[in-house]
Amino acid sequence: MISLLNALPGAVSQGLIWGIMALGVYVTYRILDVADLTVDGSLATGGAVCVVMIRAGVNPYIAVLAATGVGAIAGLITAALHTKCGIPAILAGILTQLALYSVNLRIMGGKSNQPVSVDKYDLLVSQRYVRDLSFDNPVLLLLILLAILIGVIYWFFGTEKGCSMRATGANKDMARAQGINPDNDIILGLMISNALVALSGALVAQYQGAVDVNMGRGAIVIGLASVIIGEVVFKKIKHNFAGTLSFVVCGAIIYYIVIQITLQLGLNTNDLKLITAVIVALFLAVPYWKSKVFSHHKGVKNA
Amino acid sequence: MLELKNISKTFNKGTINAKLALDNLSLTLNDGDFVTVIGGNGAGKSTMLNAIAGVFFVDEGTIKADDVDLTNMPDYKRATMLGRVFQDPMKGTNPNMMIEENMALALRRGQRRGLKWGITKDEREMFYQALKGLNLGLEDRLTTKVGLLSGGQRQALTLLMATLKKPKVLLLDEHTAALDPKTAEKVLAMSDKVVSENNLTTMMVTHNMRDAIAHGNRLIMMDAGHIVVDISGDDKKKLTVPDLLDMFSKASGSTEANDAMLLSK
Repeated sequence: MISLLNALPGAVSQGLIWGIMALGVYVTYRILDVADLTVDGSLATGGAVCVVMIRAGVNPYIAVLAATGVGAIAGLITAALHTKCGIPAILAGILTQLALYSVNLRIMGGKSNQPVSVDKYDLLVSQRYVRDLSFDNPVLLLLILLAILIGVIYWFFGTEKGCSMRATGANKDMARAQGINPDNDIILGLMISNALVALSGALVAQYQGAVDVNMGRGAIVIGLASVIIGEVVFKKIKHNFAGTLSFVVCGAIIYYIVIQITLQLGLNTNDLKLITAVIVALFLAVPYWKSKVFSHHKGVKNA
Repeated sequence: MLELKNISKTFNKGTINAKLALDNLSLTLNDGDFVTVIGGNGAGKSTMLNAIAGVFFVDEGTIKADDVDLTNMPDYKRATMLGRVFQDPMKGTNPNMMIEENMALALRRGQRRGLKWGITKDEREMFYQALKGLNLGLEDRLTTKVGLLSGGQRQALTLLMATLKKPKVLLLDEHTAALDPKTAEKVLAMSDKVVSENNLTTMMVTHNMRDAIAHGNRLIMMDAGHIVVDISGDDKKKLTVPDLLDMFSKASGSTEANDAMLLSK
């Protein structure tokens, strides 16, 4: 129990960082209704761009911004493959993700990982200070950043363009009949999503003190896990769209706490991906089972 | 004015399933025309409407609205000139958005969608008044998610959305076919009202001969991708269902389809 409490700050800050990625996944998965697998590649791209730039002496803020921009480009490529080349969205994402693996290695100068030490560079977030009661504690900066991001996303999806994107995601026939070109919305949506994912990757790399070409493997599943956990756990609480977004981030935090607990129970870190897959499968399956049982009972009553 | 000139469309061209859905069809709608379109299954009624809406491009011929050539224009661009109501009540609205948000989307048809707030206070007032005209009590539910509405309510909302921004042509594709008879009647009455109030050029596909006779100032009957009957003015006012059936068997040279058309009233 003590060790779990001890691990809590780490789980929370990791959850907050990955929560940014989960927001990106939310934009594609829930709003655009596209399962975008680019994420696994663009997360590491964000980390790679950020770390390489910081190591070259660039200001970390600028490095993070640049990483975010490169993430948007990754999203643009998937979107172009999907909308302009007619490739199904899932496959388009897989193609980009695969290509990004090589690109990421190029960015990192052919090495599969690159350290970035908080001793040498003025990093924005670092694991080291996660238990400090100081301004260096990553949780503080992350909370501010998330508040801003959620605010901006909330605002954007209330604008004309954001509404059009929501229409595209929910009903393309309706969107077209209202003069909306769904392709444009899908392109912008995938760019926004992957920008958020790469931003998250840039922060993950700094937090861990290194970028690894494999750091994005399974990221999409963590993103989906966060979105679904956030929705299922907080379903009963009445909330607006900003609330939904906050719950997605909370979902990411819960996910990391659950992972923390399973590790404490003695499971191996090698089993993490398996555990993640099982958690996501369960959270996806339970509402489905529930609805089946529910409709069955209703049917009996009506008969 | 809407002008279809010699349009043809074959689906699954070059395969054994090739079907000539529109066969060298020409039609001109004058401003303010309210045309009802009838015909048996597979006659090409919906295909013609979809050709106008741009769901697909025609193989041959041209489509013009007020001298704007629509022939090669993608559907979302044509949408600035067209109002559409689909057969499926789920198709015309976004279930995840509120009534007012759906209407705000429709109001911006043909405009650039930027970073301005998606709905303004004045618009809300306008939506309130417009919904009040429907007499369904929807005006007090502006912030209700459309997914919670019934099929009839959604179809009425779609109709309103199609005409919020006055279209050059309103396309109604069997828009009451999926509704129960009472609701269908209501939505039809609403359609009449909206069309006459705004003096809209309208095309309404229907399976119901009585509706086809009772509504609009002009009636066309289709068969095998052609227009086989085109009646307007006083001639149309005097039409009866037996007249129509008679015309149909004469035009198509068969009596088989009659039962199908009758049954699907």
